[in-house]
Amino acid sequence: MTTTGDVPFRILPRITDRNAHYWQGGREGELRLQRCRQCGYYLHPPGVICPKCWSKDLGVEAVSGRAEVLTFSVNHQQWMPGLDVPFVLAIVRLVEQDDLRITTNVVNCPPEEVAIGMPVRVLFEPHVDEEVWIPLFEPAS
Amino acid sequence: MDTDLVGERRAVISGVGQSDIGRRLYRDPLELTVDACLAAIADAGLTTDDVDGIATYPGAMDTPPGFSGAGVPEVHEALRLNLNWYMGGLELPGQLGSVINAILAVSAGLARHVLCFRTVYEGSAQGTKGRSAVMPGGGGSGSGGYRAGGFMEWLLPYSAPSASTWIAMIGARHFHEYGTTRAQLAQIALNARKNAAVNPKAIYTDPMSMDDYFAARMISWPLCLFDCDVPCDGGTAMIVSRADTAPDLRKPPLAVEAVGTALHGRPGWADYPDLTTMACHDAGAQLWSRTDLKPTDVQLAEMYDGFSFITMCWLEAMRFCGKGESGPFVEGGERIARDGLLPLNTHGGQLSAGRLHGFGFLHEACVQLWGEAGERQVPGEPEVGVACAGGGPLGGTILLTRSR
Repeated sequence: MTTTGDVPFRILPRITDRNAHYWQGGREGELRLQRCRQCGYYLHPPGVICPKCWSKDLGVEAVSGRAEVLTFSVNHQQWMPGLDVPFVLAIVRLVEQDDLRITTNVVNCPPEEVAIGMPVRVLFEPHVDEEVWIPLFEPAS
Repeated sequence: MDTDLVGERRAVISGVGQSDIGRRLYRDPLELTVDACLAAIADAGLTTDDVDGIATYPGAMDTPPGFSGAGVPEVHEALRLNLNWYMGGLELPGQLGSVINAILAVSAGLARHVLCFRTVYEGSAQGTKGRSAVMPGGGGSGSGGYRAGGFMEWLLPYSAPSASTWIAMIGARHFHEYGTTRAQLAQIALNARKNAAVNPKAIYTDPMSMDDYFAARMISWPLCLFDCDVPCDGGTAMIVSRADTAPDLRKPPLAVEAVGTALHGRPGWADYPDLTTMACHDAGAQLWSRTDLKPTDVQLAEMYDGFSFITMCWLEAMRFCGKGESGPFVEGGERIARDGLLPLNTHGGQLSAGRLHGFGFLHEACVQLWGEAGERQVPGEPEVGVACAGGGPLGGTILLTRSR
């Protein structure tokens, strides 16, 4: 967690071998997801076996970062001290696969301008000291 | 229907009990648990010697504070039981999944009388600081080194620590697809408050109007303060017995007609394929496949309202209305009133009677079917009732009848 003046309040994830690609791909500016090398199915949250073809040959690939807002809520409750409200929590669907969803924040946009169906693209909020790059989404023009 | 494949019919509910319920009781949670358990055992006309099983959700847990007042070993020790079967756990088809486990245990002949319980003390654990006092990263927990793990690693970094934010997004999609409105959603809270007014154990009993609802502060759109349940302290218990024990019991037991526990979609809070509903959809469908009774036979419905929108999903999942039609169904509140077509949350739900976390719904369904609900009794001697608990990727439902 960081509460420095430069970087917004975030509880950070514990980095593991299984999730590091997602939380650290932003260091190179890439949204990376697990992908089955046998059948091409993207798996998120990351797992240990492909649920489509049962291969354990899972790799990591960069995706385009483009997505569509499936639904969202404007949150007004200050859950933790230091949390800026209101903010938008959204479920976005990545363009690469129909069931590929990320729960995230939509930023760089007034909450009242967020809409279901809106195209968005990934950006990263760096927490360099903690080696975490949080994937966020903003309106794609 | 091949009744050999509906084994739950061998089970009955033979007694219920509750401890005192209060906004902040500051009493030992094990004591609340024992109070509820002994009351249930007495209500069934049994003694602790007769009890040979325990089932509980979620089992003993230290965090979050107040979430679990006791697990299996404490109750086993406190009541000096001799157990033939027991379970206590978190990963179940909703909180009533533990009761369903008990139903399965007696149906399988593993136990004759299973004590089921759930105790919370979130009211006193949170004190006056509110829920943030027990949130990870909140209120002076020395959380500088905290990192999110488990399923929360995908939610906490996005400032979504509460199910209110996750459920709100499903509600928002429902509003978008079906035109549901806040004024319709409000009926869940308004109905609960009306019923709580005649429930002597309810936490909130002051009248609530539509204007009050719209004046309440927004939590996570479309859920406002009154769409969220009230933490409290209290223990609830019931006895699940094998049906052939009826002659030993104090009163005619309630028959278990069918249960629903299914979850077909992915178990993430954001991964269920249809973003306008939840696991309840599958649990409800499964229940109706296990009985010749129909939704129109149900005379009272006690359905999870931890957040009001979950109740809307249960209304549709249990087919009391069509998919996407819960808004018009509850509009105006007449259909769901105690004298309406489908009395709903007759004790005041978790929204007004208190967050007993699932078990209050089954307790109320039983009390109503036994005709013991006093001022809030649904008229006409109802014989068929349903209890539903759980939200998101968790859902379990139990259909009861007064006589078989």
